[in-house]
Amino acid sequence: MTTPQEYVSFQHVQKTYDGENLVVKDFNLDIKPGEFVTMLGPSGSGKTTCLMMLAGFETATSGEIFIDGTPVNNLAPHKRDIGMVFQNYALFPHMTIAENLAFPLKVRKLSAHKVNEKVESALNMVELEHVANRYPKQLSGGQQQRVALARALVFEPKLVLMDEPLGALDKQLREQMQLEIKHLHEKLGITILYVTHDQDEALTMSDRIAVFNNGAVQQLASPTDLYESPSNAFVAQFIGENNQLMGEVIEIEAKKRCTVKVGKQQILARPVSVERAGEQTLLSIRPEKIMVVQEDDWYENQVTGLLKELIYHGDHHRLVVQIDGVGELVVKVTNGSHSSRDFEVGGSLTVGWRSEDCHALDCPNHAEQQGEAA
Amino acid sequence: MSRELTELDSVVTLQKELSKSKGSLKSQLQRAERQKQIRSLLLILPLVCFICVTFAFPIIEMLYRSVDNQSVPKGFPNTTQVMKQWDYEGLPSMAIQQVFMAELRERYADKTLPKLANRINIEVSGMRSLLMKTGRKLNKTNALPVNHQELIKLDKRWAKPRYWAAIKTLSAPYTLSYYLAALDMRYDEHGNITQQPETRQVYVDLFTKTFGMSLAITLICLVMAYPVAYLLANLPDKKANLLLIVVLLPFWTSLLVRTTSWIVLLQNQGVINDLLIWSGVTTERLAMVHNTFGTIVAMVHILLPFMILPLYSVMKGISPTYFRAARSLGATPSIAFIKVYMPLTMPGVGAGALLTFILSIGFYITPALVGGRSGQMISNMIAYHMQTSLNWGMAAALGGLLLAVVLALFYLFNRIVGINNIKVGG
Repeated sequence: MTTPQEYVSFQHVQKTYDGENLVVKDFNLDIKPGEFVTMLGPSGSGKTTCLMMLAGFETATSGEIFIDGTPVNNLAPHKRDIGMVFQNYALFPHMTIAENLAFPLKVRKLSAHKVNEKVESALNMVELEHVANRYPKQLSGGQQQRVALARALVFEPKLVLMDEPLGALDKQLREQMQLEIKHLHEKLGITILYVTHDQDEALTMSDRIAVFNNGAVQQLASPTDLYESPSNAFVAQFIGENNQLMGEVIEIEAKKRCTVKVGKQQILARPVSVERAGEQTLLSIRPEKIMVVQEDDWYENQVTGLLKELIYHGDHHRLVVQIDGVGELVVKVTNGSHSSRDFEVGGSLTVGWRSEDCHALDCPNHAEQQGEAA
Repeated sequence: MSRELTELDSVVTLQKELSKSKGSLKSQLQRAERQKQIRSLLLILPLVCFICVTFAFPIIEMLYRSVDNQSVPKGFPNTTQVMKQWDYEGLPSMAIQQVFMAELRERYADKTLPKLANRINIEVSGMRSLLMKTGRKLNKTNALPVNHQELIKLDKRWAKPRYWAAIKTLSAPYTLSYYLAALDMRYDEHGNITQQPETRQVYVDLFTKTFGMSLAITLICLVMAYPVAYLLANLPDKKANLLLIVVLLPFWTSLLVRTTSWIVLLQNQGVINDLLIWSGVTTERLAMVHNTFGTIVAMVHILLPFMILPLYSVMKGISPTYFRAARSLGATPSIAFIKVYMPLTMPGVGAGALLTFILSIGFYITPALVGGRSGQMISNMIAYHMQTSLNWGMAAALGGLLLAVVLALFYLFNRIVGINNIKVGG
């Protein structure tokens, strides 16, 4: 069934708790050894359930899960040899840090000498040698997080699962830990399956991202592809900011370009999930892909509107442009290319963008109805 | 610019103003807080009064009774004085004896002697009859005995030093004699503390038995409650609530009804014996009630909720991720349970065990009803002294010892587990 170069493989996995609603629908995912894959999605989208099925705490209602070529559906969690980092760390409160780290080694019946050695090197790895004899309660959130990480790695599993491990940390610490996890991943060559609802986290750390919604994978792609060419309205909406315009397809030229009528304007876009003229579509354009048109510039799409608002963000400005018959467009310009003196609130402004940065996606209402029906 | 900025007059006055306003701020805060404090004190005042009147004061009163010995020194004030000269060697001098005889006659005449005689009789049996007889005889003749022979003629027991010693030991206003008796000890004729004769040793054995039974009851409760609490904590809320009601059901039934229903079940012609005979397990009817077995069964049944509830509330709070984490780290379910789950339930185990143990060492009704002779506990003895023998000092001393043991247990528990780790309710 599975080829050996995939370390983890989900095949047609489904999960239901009540026999009526599927929490996970036909989930397929192949993870190569050493890969960092993130499952990203809003809460309740089924990503944690998938992780728990891989860890063995939930059983798949149908479908198979393979680890290193062996089906694990009937394998008890403690025999799977998977390191796991939990959302609230789940450090055992009645054990010291050293005892916490020694736990997986002791249940594997390693000699006392070996246990000490490994605990020491694991603490070394996360630079926490000095807290070995403290209890988890006496540590800061960041330190607890590092200990949880060390505990999941101390018995040298090939696969590590992380369930929103940075959710409880503040922003700065989270960014620092993201880098630390990424470096550990590179250094140890382990396979990591990571669950988060934070898109920044997913984009900075992962080799590939699976975007979940309503129990189904919406798109599985590298961070760049996910951001630059989302495959449907949900992904475009969920990852990053974007301007959304509802319109109707007038014409499709091959697969590269289509013309969409939005209000009175005709906009050239890249067709993603539209096939025929006459279809309803949602256009998605990232705010930073929209340019302010200077005298000698030319873009495929150019519209003129009223500058309604100018918001200063330090490194960039955010312009809200009201376009007649289309709606509002948010435009992001870097502080380097323009200064706030260039704009006048209430004045007229021409903005433009390339057709390949404008994605013609499925109509979200239509998609939601489909989701509910399934 | 030789002057410092802070020495400028304007700055100094400004600082004074500042500190003044700071002071007033502090007093303002205090005033605001004081009002709050007074209000909260007023709110708890009824409860405090109630506890003082019905709980604290009676306990202090009883504890005082356990050492109180005012009656003898008040009844024989002169004897008390002169007895100080005697050092338990041989018999007291004739002068002392005469003072005592004079007072004895007065007490007989004003009819306060029986009460005093009763008190002294607790210490040395036979004293009541001795004192009453001597008093009666002294009252008939006007002359006091002038020498020893005449005294012995009144009653020959006066030749024995231990009767005199009893009067001397009881001549102090406070006495430890009740506590000594509660520990199977007494003052001998030389005023030293010695063991009671073996035939009169009852209390230490009874204390040991009470603690042994309480320990057994606590352990049985723990073993029975742990799985129930685990089930309750891990069931979906709807089912757990229903089960919890079943657990609490005994609470809503009268203690007396529950205890007597055990008699119905366990007695010789009872349901269980009938079943055993019918099923052929035994051919003879078993004695299951009016003994230690019956007491333990009935008390376990009554005290079980006190063990289940703290365990349940602690288990409810243990996140299932700890167990999962242990499993993911390679522990089998049983190792994960023993090494991770059980230590986390310790606060509940501690609270439940302490609660059950303390409740059971003071249990009265159940042992009284189903205990028979062998199932009696220390509180039944306290009740006996309160109601039958009317030796309240003794009852108070036994109660005091029980209280001391409970406090010691609390202290130990605090040292080992930490009272803050206790979790009784959600």
